[in-house]
Amino acid sequence: MTYGTLSLTLIFIFIPFLLSKSLKLSLEKDITIATVRSVIQLLAIGYVLHFIFGTDNYVYILLMILLMITVATLNARKKGVGIPGITWKIAITLLTVELVTQGVLLGLGIVPATAQYIIPISGMMIGNAMVLSVLFLNRFRAELEANENEIELILSLGGTPKQAVHRHLMSAIKASMIPTIEAQKTIGLVQLPGMMSGQIIGGADPIQAVQFQILIIFALLTCATLASVILGFLVYPTLFNERMQRIAVLRK
Amino acid sequence: MNLEPAIAIHDLCFTAKDRTILHNLNGVFYKGKITTLVGPSGAGKTTLLKICNGLLAPSSGDILIDRQPIEEYEPTSLRRKVGIALQSAPILRCSVHENLALPRTLQGKQLTEEEAAAVLENVQLDSSFLHREAEELSGGQKQRLSIARTLINQSDILLLDEITSALDPSSAKEIEELILKINRKYGVTIIWITHNLQQARRVSDFTWILQNGKLLASGNASILENSEIPAVQQFLNGGAQ
Repeated sequence: MTYGTLSLTLIFIFIPFLLSKSLKLSLEKDITIATVRSVIQLLAIGYVLHFIFGTDNYVYILLMILLMITVATLNARKKGVGIPGITWKIAITLLTVELVTQGVLLGLGIVPATAQYIIPISGMMIGNAMVLSVLFLNRFRAELEANENEIELILSLGGTPKQAVHRHLMSAIKASMIPTIEAQKTIGLVQLPGMMSGQIIGGADPIQAVQFQILIIFALLTCATLASVILGFLVYPTLFNERMQRIAVLRK
Repeated sequence: MNLEPAIAIHDLCFTAKDRTILHNLNGVFYKGKITTLVGPSGAGKTTLLKICNGLLAPSSGDILIDRQPIEEYEPTSLRRKVGIALQSAPILRCSVHENLALPRTLQGKQLTEEEAAAVLENVQLDSSFLHREAEELSGGQKQRLSIARTLINQSDILLLDEITSALDPSSAKEIEELILKINRKYGVTIIWITHNLQQARRVSDFTWILQNGKLLASGNASILENSEIPAVQQFLNGGAQ
């Protein structure tokens, strides 16, 4: 595909832009920023990946993964304002997800240990874990706000912080995992996943593309579970002090 | 009269979000006695109870429970020793029995049907309520259930936050009698927030009048009849708020 042909796809930007303007949605600025950022970021990452794939040096692979974790952490932490140490909690969550998924995939020789496999799969795992972290923090905040009196009741009767938030923590973990599970149920029937579609368009054998997609969706399920469970159990104790008193609330 | 302190408060202050809610409170709640806390909304009464139950930490000052600093108690033991029935305490979406058993469940213990029925009877609810969904109860019945649930921990000190506010006068009177019975029979120390001055006059051994986080006056119930302090006179003449 030439850049000239690619530029024709800007039509897909003009449609929401014009609709936003005519319906006074005031999203024109956001659409413009998102468009410019996505083009610059994707072109930049294209050249970076081209360079890393060329060298296949593990130091560059590691730096790339650390960059992904850092950016994902800085993005997700905005939803955790007010929680002590939220940056480190998200970073530890994303790092654990990455270590576990890559540990299984590389350790069992499921995928070759090359940049071409490690970086895209890491991107999908870390990106998914970031979205899960945001979903979890949003839901947990809503649960805590809606059930403040119940949490106070349990504490006042001699319950521990864990007992006070347990039901709401489980509810938030479950709610944040549901989109991943639901998407998995309809995969291939409703939508063809981006990675699989990309491989097929790129000329790969559809069966091989499907095999890789199965690998990815299985790994994403572990990723979703680990992200919400680890973050949940790292976050809830810091909402209380050593006297079992509430010290922080999650804010939007 | 030999009066032992159950809770002693020294220079207690509480500040939240740059707003001072309690200013240098000093005083004693006596063991085995009923002390009512009266005063307008926003006087800091509920905050004071929450501090005594350990739900909130004072910004400064000391609290002694049975002559022992509050911070030396393990938090869960403190909250069982100093029970609280908050006006905002919700009824959980489960059966009346499960609601009642909550304090025991939190300790990994069970509440038998016989025990539950006995506690319900104390708050004038018969055992047929045990297996009903708590959400289906009327406002007054929910309030009785909330009080009964607090009684399960058999606390030495009971903090009551407007527990009869949702009840009709005759039900309120029955709850008053129950609290008086618990106080007289088991020697439980009661600290009771009420906006009803008539009720305060009926039940108080002692009373504290709070306004804007300050203790305007404290003493036996006679201060609710007459006081030489102009601010107290003004509050009493203003009636219940």
